[in-house]
Amino acid sequence: MKSLDELRKLREKAQESIRLREQTDGTKIVVGMGTCGIAAGAREVMLAIVEELEKKNITDVVVTQTGCAGLCEKEPLVEVIRPGEPKITYGYMTPEKARAMITSHIVNGQVIGEYVIAREDTVS
Amino acid sequence: MTAAGYDIGDKMRELALHVLDLVQNSLRAGADLIEVEILENTDLDRLTIIVRDDGCGMEESLKAKVLDPFTTTRTTRKVGLGLPLLKMAAERAGGRLILESEPGKGTVVEAAFQHSHIDRMPLGDMAATMLTVIISNPKVNLVYRHRVDEREWEIDTRVIKDEVGEEALSLPVVINWLRSYLEEGQRYLYGGGTTDEVPR
Repeated sequence: MKSLDELRKLREKAQESIRLREQTDGTKIVVGMGTCGIAAGAREVMLAIVEELEKKNITDVVVTQTGCAGLCEKEPLVEVIRPGEPKITYGYMTPEKARAMITSHIVNGQVIGEYVIAREDTVS
Repeated sequence: MTAAGYDIGDKMRELALHVLDLVQNSLRAGADLIEVEILENTDLDRLTIIVRDDGCGMEESLKAKVLDPFTTTRTTRKVGLGLPLLKMAAERAGGRLILESEPGKGTVVEAAFQHSHIDRMPLGDMAATMLTVIISNPKVNLVYRHRVDEREWEIDTRVIKDEVGEEALSLPVVINWLRSYLEEGQRYLYGGGTTDEVPR
């Protein structure tokens, strides 16, 4: 049975990961969580993203959420913000596409062009 | 209701997705503490969802507006279609939705359903909903309390943050623990183990 004791045992490992993360300019993944996003499956997309990061043992990426971006018909939306690169917005995401995105974009630095619906040119 | 509204209503097939939507409203209201309560009482044949926050609250005029599907269009996107959809879902299933709000104090949404009603939407995956909000909003304090008749289970992220710190909520190793913890909580509520083995 999972318990708070078990969580306590993770404390050291967690602090080490946080120290490592602070040394890198982290990547941010933002999932649209407005009513439109939720109805389109944003919850499953977000959980697929964190599971894939977990599977690949990637600890320097922060997954967060935002509200409706006004592109409701293209939800679920996922933004990827990598330091020094334009912000990429993927649309019509599914858990499967999200997992592919992690491998291609986050691990190998290759944007999946066919899922992209917006590219912000200002470098973050 | 617009065509888009029907479309969204069609896809919100789990009460847990509505809970996720209600929590989004609380987040937008700038809440520091959000409490989610699910109360299932089979004797009274009731299922009640309560989401309580300490966010900015609403004036009377906005309160009326957020419950009306005909005025909540794209131009007032901030409040969206979520609340009118949940209200309709409750009323279709022998229940009702109550919205209490006070500017500067916070908001409470209470949606009640007849538990056994044929048109009551299934509760759905509460573990997935809570995991989603906990890991993507580490700064916000979240309490999720769920009661199914005599069984009660609760998670309070303040306790978790005391153990591992706020930043750890976005770490894979902690997310993995949270997922198992939430899933075990659900199993306990619906009959796994005995009442002596409350997962804590």
